[in-house]
Amino acid sequence: MRLAVLLLPSVAYLLVMFVFPFAYGVLLSLTPGAGALSLANYLAFFLDPWQARTIWVTASIAVPNTLVTVLLALSVAYSMRHGIRGERAITAALVLPIALGTVLVAEGINGFYGPKGWLNQALVGLGVPEPPRLTHNYTGVMIALFVQHFPFCFLMLLGYISGIDPALEASARVLGAGAWAVFRRVMWPLIAPGVAIAGALVFVMNFGVFPSAVLVGQPAGATRTIAIAAYQQAFEHSDMSMASAIAVVMGGCQLAGLALILVLRRRMAGTGVATMGAGKR
Amino acid sequence: MITSLAFRLTKRFGAKIVLDDLALEVRGREFVTFLGPSGCGKSTALNLLAGLLPPTAGEIRLDGFRIDGLPPERRGFGMVFQNYALFPHLTVGANVAFGLAVRGLAKAELAPRVRRMLELVRLIGLEDRYPGQLSGGQQQRVAIARALAVEPRLLLLDEPLSNLDAKLRLEMRGEIKRLHAELGLTSIYVTHDQTEALSLSDRIVVLRDGRVVQAGPPAEIHDRPRTLFVADFMGYRNAFPVTVSSAEGDTVVGHARDVTLRGLGVVALAPGTAAVAVVRPEDVEVAAESRGANVVRGAVRFTEYLGREHGVEIVLGTGQTLMARLPRPVAVGSALALRLPPERVVILPAEDGAR
Repeated sequence: MRLAVLLLPSVAYLLVMFVFPFAYGVLLSLTPGAGALSLANYLAFFLDPWQARTIWVTASIAVPNTLVTVLLALSVAYSMRHGIRGERAITAALVLPIALGTVLVAEGINGFYGPKGWLNQALVGLGVPEPPRLTHNYTGVMIALFVQHFPFCFLMLLGYISGIDPALEASARVLGAGAWAVFRRVMWPLIAPGVAIAGALVFVMNFGVFPSAVLVGQPAGATRTIAIAAYQQAFEHSDMSMASAIAVVMGGCQLAGLALILVLRRRMAGTGVATMGAGKR
Repeated sequence: MITSLAFRLTKRFGAKIVLDDLALEVRGREFVTFLGPSGCGKSTALNLLAGLLPPTAGEIRLDGFRIDGLPPERRGFGMVFQNYALFPHLTVGANVAFGLAVRGLAKAELAPRVRRMLELVRLIGLEDRYPGQLSGGQQQRVAIARALAVEPRLLLLDEPLSNLDAKLRLEMRGEIKRLHAELGLTSIYVTHDQTEALSLSDRIVVLRDGRVVQAGPPAEIHDRPRTLFVADFMGYRNAFPVTVSSAEGDTVVGHARDVTLRGLGVVALAPGTAAVAVVRPEDVEVAAESRGANVVRGAVRFTEYLGREHGVEIVLGTGQTLMARLPRPVAVGSALALRLPPERVVILPAEDGAR
């Protein structure tokens, strides 16, 4: 009884802030034109190639970007596991993009990588006749997402890896394991759960990409992501019902991605108890 | 089987010297213990031998061949850690098999060897458990089996018993001693516990600030400490400043204001030099006569019952305190004459600064 009372605030919060808007959105998506229940919005979305294509566009940004971000963050964090000189400065520099926010970072990317940005001016100065176009296209969005999500992923993995008892690696080495065997047989099984979680979060954030896709991408074409499609329905066509349907599709895709990552994680674990800290310290 | 391990190692961390030209030669089948307080460099020495840390200067020779350039995985040693360092995601069997598996042994060859190791440490039947499901003592047995499975040329043990409770510590101490003898191992053991060092070792190396202060068989370290630091570590808790009156062979006589103390001179002492006479509480006895050589008098300040004996703290006439272990109870406040047996008193040079 006491417990139920204590739970009340959080239950109320969840109901008001999450369950109700979610249920309202789902219901809205199923009642086009304020009429009877119908799947018309979903049919319209999937049958219109211009709309359905956004799933593919978004996935082609989110999936490779997640892989690149996680792999790079993992390799950097892993190589920093014994601590390196200037670690705090590096960490502080990496946190900056998170603190600055998406829009400022996008502006910075335009200023640096843009057609008249520092990078291109430097390349022209070095005699490159036609420097590559790095913004307002697919590449621009990839750069922006990487800059924003790499620090997040890196810090998460660094925390995870630093939590592993260094004596495990030492004992593996003495037992005859080289660098690769240490990673493959000892460190990876212990890090994998953290990698899966970091990957899942980066994927979800990537799949919802909106400001970067508009500011440094090509929102009318190559980077017209599913979030942009929903936005256009809601605020350009004032069709909240259709916009909700698109948002639900987006959520479904994110959930599917999460499920896939968790299934992979299960497969890899093999032994089933690859949890951190299972050994007594 | 190795015949000798010789090393000479210096390790600095920045400006701090952790090991200052630590040199030693270990014979095959020998059990050597590095004994010292925390920060004396004993664990660092072990890590250098294992190859887990690079030495600042020096070399390690195994049977004459330099091995200090080899990474840890190519030294063929075994190491047991204080916190066991078992792989939490692997079963007991897989932990023990680890060293053999990374050497590329086939599964069929692994099983019997793992089984033999588990028999050796008496853990048969626990192959499929995970480390988290074992007690501390069982985990340490797994760690030992894992280190022994690769038939190490040298076994390194870094305070392996300090996380265990008193009873298990005793049991595992015997176990380590048995395995060392049974398998003909060459072992280097690191501890800050004098009892462990005395019971296990063929030779004890006492370290302080990265240097060897004394090395020798346990009985020698125990009975003939050469410095106040070693004496303190070996339980000589009573120390009296004296001036040397005479020294003949092993026997040194020192005097303080109102007492003359005869004792063992381990280090040469010239008459007139400042020295310290040390004696263990266990060696102090109630004097038959209240006057005479090596007899001190005082009043009992504090007593504690210790089961087999009574711990007593006595304030001497000089104001110094003396700790004793006596077979019979004494009353607090009573006057007492105590004898410090000359054969159990050691007289050492005062300049040491190591208390």
